This record gives sequence, C-alpha cells and structure tokens, in this order.
Amino acid sequence: MHDLLPVIEQWRARGERVAIATVVKTLGSAPRGVGAKMVVSSGGAMAGSVSGGCIEGAVFDACQEALTTGQAKLLHFGVADDDAWDVGLACGGMIDVFVEPLDW
Amino acid sequence: MGNALTLFETLTSCIAAEQPVAMATVIQGAGRVGAKMLLRPDTPRLGDLGNATLDEAVERAALAMLTRAESGVRVYAVPEGEVQVFIETYPSPPTMFIVGAVHIAIALVTFARTLGFRTVVIDARGAFATAERFAHADELIHAWPDEVLPARLNSNSYVVLLTHDPKLDDPALKVALPSPARYIGALGSPRTHAKRLERLRADGVPEEQLARLHAPIGLKIGGATPEEIAVSIIAEVVAARHGLTGKT
Repeated sequence: MHDLLPVIEQWRARGERVAIATVVKTLGSAPRGVGAKMVVSSGGAMAGSVSGGCIEGAVFDACQEALTTGQAKLLHFGVADDDAWDVGLACGGMIDVFVEPLDW
Repeated sequence: MGNALTLFETLTSCIAAEQPVAMATVIQGAGRVGAKMLLRPDTPRLGDLGNATLDEAVERAALAMLTRAESGVRVYAVPEGEVQVFIETYPSPPTMFIVGAVHIAIALVTFARTLGFRTVVIDARGAFATAERFAHADELIHAWPDEVLPARLNSNSYVVLLTHDPKLDDPALKVALPSPARYIGALGSPRTHAKRLERLRADGVPEEQLARLHAPIGLKIGGATPEEIAVSIIAEVVAARHGLTGKT
C-alpha cells in the first residue's frame, strides 16, 4: 500500500476515480502474498500487482467494472477454475482478490 | 471543508506517521460487501461493519493480528448467516536502537535498513556519532542511552549495544532489560560478558531479565571484520524477529 499512495494521490488530484484490488487469500504457490495490491484509475492507468502478471488483465477489467457499478466484489482464481487457465494462472496456486472502488 | 477525514485519509496519515493501524473489510457473505472499519490501539474504531457484536469481535481480532503483523480473512457468524472479513494490518516498522556509533554500527545500519528496520543510533560521544559516518541512519542522537531509551522502547524495538564500555552499556541495559523490547544484544567477549553479568547481578538485576540478553551478540559465523560482525548481529536479529534463536 505504502508505495501506491503517491500514485493514488496523483490520480485523484487530476480528478480520476480509483479502484483497489487486494490479494486477501492465497493457497499453494502464489506469486504475491496477502495484502499485495494493484490500483486502477478511471482513466485506465494501473500500478502495483496482485500476481506475477497472470491475472492482472482480468483484475484490471474487474476494477473498471467496479468503478462503473460502484460495487465491490471478491474474485477467485485457481486451477480448479476454468477461467484460471484462460487468464493463465499456471503456477498451481489459488488467489482470492477483493476489488473495490476507493469511495471510503 | 472542515469535514472529518475519510477512512482512507486516516489510513494514509497513520501509515505516513508510522502509527500501527488495521483495516477490516467485509468481502463476502451475509453483510454489506465493501463495508469498512479502521482500528487502532487505544483509539475508538472508525466506521462499522453493520453489527455492533461483529464490530467488537473484529476489533479484538484486528488488534491482536496487528501485534503479530499478520493479515488475513476471518469468518464470523452473524444472525443472517456467515460473513467473511478481510483484516489487513499495517504495523509500525520495527526499530533498531544501536547504542555506540562504532565501526560495526555503520554496516549494521545499512543491513538493518535493507531489511525494513528504522534505525536509531545513540552515542553521547560526538567524535563517533557524526553525520558523515551515519548519514544513512534514520536518527542520530547525541545523548546517553538511558536518557533516550525509556520513552522509546516497545515490543517492536530491537536494542543492540556496541560500546564495550560499562559506563554506557550498563545504564542502557538497566533500561532495556525490563522493557518490552523484542531483542536485546550486547557486544563483548565471553569474559567481558561474565564481568557484565557480575556487575548487573550485584546491582540487583533479576535473573529472568538477564536471561533476555543475547551476549556475546550475534550468530557464530566466524566473522572478524566490522562488516562481518554486523552480518552476524543482523542474522540474530532476524531470527529473533521470527521467534527463533538462530541456533540449532
């Protein structure tokens, strides 16, 4: 979080809205630990990461959706999940990511 | 303007001020998904998760997790079913207090900072504690250790005594040993240490406090240069941080 604060401030200063994605749970070999964060602006900028690059695309889309709907959402990525192969979580782990608009 | 700070503003100001803080968020289940609550030791909670009993249980869990620097999901039963709460903690960074601005301390500050410690170097002797030698330390304090340490030590403190000098080491030890500091180590040969124990016992320091002292300081890695000794000290500190001794 610490390293992302300046970027969030910058985006908000130019009037953009921000969504935050946070790794809340991992199982097995996951590239980033609980608390890892990625932030996305309504203008389409992103910073930080929630994996080694495997699920960032899907999480980016979920962040944009959260900014549109205003709804927070829990995402699950794992090998048992067909979608996981689509977004390429091949490390064999499982990651839960919570996506929320920064409206608090 | 003049409005109360948002939860996010409070969170960022706590992180910037290095004050311990935790954020709890409902992430799934029979609750308002996205509801948030901010928790700090000795400060009323901010925000709510929609149920006072839940709020209290989450606050207790969060403050306990904060002291262990642990984050994760906890599941709670509420009248409507089950609710999953993500508790994320932002503990204040561990701080290493280095007493004695000696050669070993220069390398030790570098290693400690790399590993995420704040570093405070304390030495009353101006010739040692110069800004040139310790430009990389977070704080350089010209004072006697027993003047500085009492107000500063908490359970996230690591105290390293490097002076070799009983005039400086002993008063610092008398403050550090009864404190909640996580680690206390002192430089000196086994002989020096035996004499130190004699002096402290004679001054009435109880055995259970003496047992807290890591001395001679550092893990046995055969180091001889100041930098190598700093490695052996930081290795012992890392072990202590993880609740180990570094010895098999």
